Amino acid sequence: MYNLIGAGLIVIGAGIGLGQIGGKAMEGIARQPEATGKIQTAMIIIAALLEGLAFGALFLGK
Amino acid sequence: MKIAQKTIKFLLIASITFFTSVGFASGSDKKHDGQNDGGRINTKEEVEAYILHHIKDSHDFSLFSYTSDEGERKHIGFPLPVIIWSSEGLVSFMSSEFHHNDDGHVIVEKNGLKFAKIHSKIYEINKGATRVSFDETHHATNAHKLLDFSITKSVVGILLIGFLLLFWFSKLARQYKTKQIPTGFARVLEPLVLYVRDEIARPNIGEKHYRRFTGYLLTVFFFIWVLNLAGLTPLGFNVTGQLAVTGCLAIFTLVIYTVSGNKGYWMHMIWMPGVPVLIRPVLAIIELAGALIIKPFSLLVRLFANISAGHIVVMSLIAIMFTLKESLGVVGATGLSLVLSFFITLIEVLVAFLQAYIFTMLSALFIGMAVADHSEAH
Repeated sequence: MYNLIGAGLIVIGAGIGLGQIGGKAMEGIARQPEATGKIQTAMIIIAALLEGLAFGALFLGK
Repeated sequence: MKIAQKTIKFLLIASITFFTSVGFASGSDKKHDGQNDGGRINTKEEVEAYILHHIKDSHDFSLFSYTSDEGERKHIGFPLPVIIWSSEGLVSFMSSEFHHNDDGHVIVEKNGLKFAKIHSKIYEINKGATRVSFDETHHATNAHKLLDFSITKSVVGILLIGFLLLFWFSKLARQYKTKQIPTGFARVLEPLVLYVRDEIARPNIGEKHYRRFTGYLLTVFFFIWVLNLAGLTPLGFNVTGQLAVTGCLAIFTLVIYTVSGNKGYWMHMIWMPGVPVLIRPVLAIIELAGALIIKPFSLLVRLFANISAGHIVVMSLIAIMFTLKESLGVVGATGLSLVLSFFITLIEVLVAFLQAYIFTMLSALFIGMAVADHSEAH
């Protein structure tokens, strides 16, 4: 039971983080459209790391 | 003219995706075994059992099965060889000898030893016993698991895709000997190869070292991508959704960046320069755990979880046509599940590429950290 709650909390945290990353990347692209490629690459890397964390939590908390 | 071409392309992709999801649907309609009412799936538990069975590896390659008019189960597919290391050495036979039984009731005798298949795992029955007995939690009490080297469905998938990639890329490489621009299917592959080299390997590893690692990155990228796409066809491969496969790929990356790490990389890991001496051992523990455990673990879990989750979602949406049959009617439930699974399959095509890209990208990033030049002062 507690492991499920913990996994849920981590997934909520990861969701907030992903939202932040996406939002900030959008702002960055809007500010500097010529840097779109670089921003996108960095965004995908960080999103992937966060996603790994969330999946790890789901996997261990199952 | 251009618009017409684009429309044709879109229609082509849409129809392929559509028929793929229909293929999945008809497969899941008929495949399930052992139910009394003609093998149809009706309840939530049966749907769950069916999906879990798909996610796991299996010893025979079954495309679909159905109940004939005489009430007999017919399996369409082909058996695969079972190779196991038993208590008396190597034993091999075809998986058809189990007659698609998966609960340990069909016993195969080879070299005086008895084998049974329980939940896609092969057990050797202890000497003296004639059948498998179970305890309350449905664990076999008089049989034990074996080292299994069988050519399972996933192994078939890996071999198939491996030979396909070998064929495609050796053809591409051979064409450069005679002409500047490749023709045929090789022309599709060339920009992808250049993409991996120029967008993933070069910026992340650095101009000086990227050539050494491009081969590995290309291999891993195309291996994961093509296997992900193969998982979306009605053949029902789930190779990149097996922990063993993704774990193996993660270990390859771990070995490569650990072996090729230069002096600066190890110095920064074990005895970090520029911080107080008391903190250095603490940092060393964190850095070592990060590099040797957390990085490969995150690579492993990300690919496994994404692909498995994708397969579960597609199959659950297909299962809507059985679970909501009463409340929506046959046409309503089928239509709903068709529309939903069609769009989720489109998304899965994107995810298949994205996961291959991310695995390759992170591998390149980790290798780049290991070979980066640390000589300049901080």
